[in-house]
Amino acid sequence: MPRMIVCLKYAVDVSQIKVDAATRKLLTADAPRKISDFDKNALEEAVKIREKHGGEVIALTATAENASTALREALAMGADKAYMVQASALQNADTMGTALILAEAIKKIGSFDLILCGEASIDSYSGQVGPRLGELLKVPVVTYVNKLELEGDVLKAERSLDECIEVVRVKMPALITVTKEINVPRVPTLMDVIKASRKELKTITPADLGISADLPTTIKVMDVSAPKVERKKVKISGENPKEIAENLIKTLIKDGVLGG
Amino acid sequence: MSAFKGVWVFSENLDLAMEMLSKGRELANKLQTELAAIVIGYNVKEQAEELAKYGTDRVYVVDSPNCRNLQTEPYLSALMHLASKQPPEIILIGSTRRGRELAARLATRLKVGLVQDVFRLDINDDGKITAARVVYGGSGIALTTYQIKPQIATVPPRTFDKPKPSEKKAEIVYESLELEEPKTEVVEIRTAETAKARIEEASVVICGGRGVAKKDDFKMLEELANILGGQVGATRPLAEDRKWFHEWIGLSGKKIKPEIYIGCGISGMIQHIAGIRDSKVIVAINNDPNAPIFEMADYIVVGDMYQIVPALIESLRTVFKK
Repeated sequence: MPRMIVCLKYAVDVSQIKVDAATRKLLTADAPRKISDFDKNALEEAVKIREKHGGEVIALTATAENASTALREALAMGADKAYMVQASALQNADTMGTALILAEAIKKIGSFDLILCGEASIDSYSGQVGPRLGELLKVPVVTYVNKLELEGDVLKAERSLDECIEVVRVKMPALITVTKEINVPRVPTLMDVIKASRKELKTITPADLGISADLPTTIKVMDVSAPKVERKKVKISGENPKEIAENLIKTLIKDGVLGG
Repeated sequence: MSAFKGVWVFSENLDLAMEMLSKGRELANKLQTELAAIVIGYNVKEQAEELAKYGTDRVYVVDSPNCRNLQTEPYLSALMHLASKQPPEIILIGSTRRGRELAARLATRLKVGLVQDVFRLDINDDGKITAARVVYGGSGIALTTYQIKPQIATVPPRTFDKPKPSEKKAEIVYESLELEEPKTEVVEIRTAETAKARIEEASVVICGGRGVAKKDDFKMLEELANILGGQVGATRPLAEDRKWFHEWIGLSGKKIKPEIYIGCGISGMIQHIAGIRDSKVIVAINNDPNAPIFEMADYIVVGDMYQIVPALIESLRTVFKK
């Protein structure tokens, strides 16, 4: 029966980011956070595997903030227990630092058969932590999985790549990253939420993992600003669809967009 | 003395490798160092010969049957072997899904940083890279630099223009290396049902969004695309939730920069906008006057696409006498 660890990012909810009108800087510190979308797919997949094959699903997050409400949600969605590595150093950590922390946490949690991550996070969409974690734990990595089957200790995974679908087999222990297409994450019922409140949620500090509070950084972010939009925003009007269409074409020809 | 030397370019996608060579040339010139194309694969002599014509100083070739099925591990170990012989300053890797995984794993083995999907690369006053990428689902542009070398970045297709072939042909160096065995077994490869031509190449793109009620209605968009000599595309919800298409335009899908983009029934989620941002002209048709896509559009058409698109087709037929 597989022991599965699902890595969840407590990510910035990108749909709720505001921009400082004067400086064009993104006000990310004020934006609400949530479990990154693709990570929910990873969790759902692990729960589905447990429902079919048994085993255990552990939710894990590494964060500078207190992510306990997000982890309670993960428990309500079906995780058996949850661990939160909380460290202020993660505030400015890059993917290398995050992967290092997760790897140490996983070593402390113990043996595993399968680690599941989302293909990337909604906020930075970098897709690094999963593959980096696989390297650090020295297990096979299978990315962009949109279909997964378990056959004994072998995974059969369908990967959605740029120009093809690739089906691979890999022996566990392994790490996979999943796409959004793999499933539809369940919405917990009230009963699930009540049950989740009784499940184990443990906080881990870097000291518990025997690592220093300072994380190595490889990348420095110098600036994050809203992109400049320089569009004409010409409104095309007309009495009816036919007139609007004709006016659009006339305008496009006049502006040299279409050859008349 | 700097131990790090040279700019490397690698992609399993030949066109993408060529595009990166033009940027690589510029970076190498600024740093007064050499540019190398790395070719890894099985039976890749032709690819190496081809890349040698595109302004690189050298082509390093690692040809091995272990690379037959494109699994990451042999590629990774090939790059590690080469980097241990002469660590480069910069490694540019093509941002395909395979490339993104490879780059992240390579960066981990080299204990260095990686910036994925850069759309701009410059050398700053410290002689390091400044890389720009889209973050927060398209709401922000992050400018990043590196703390240590090698500096690795992935570059999406069509970010840079392909260079013109040069008269001078680069030296091709065949490396014989012990490569790691793949850790996965490839049992099947199905070529995805993709459009006849690549959407990234189209000069006109007619894109449908959630306002398109059924897949059959794309015929109307195709008709418009045919008249304008373009192609149709879709947003991620149409590809994924409704499973109408295999590919989509957006941050996580194809990024396009056509001469004309016409969005039909598209609200303009930031993730989609990130995929069309570089379009020369954006026309948006939506019945919601507050649709966010209008903030990004050159030409705003408030109206029902089911009325506007047929009217456009008819008027264009008259104008172009088709």
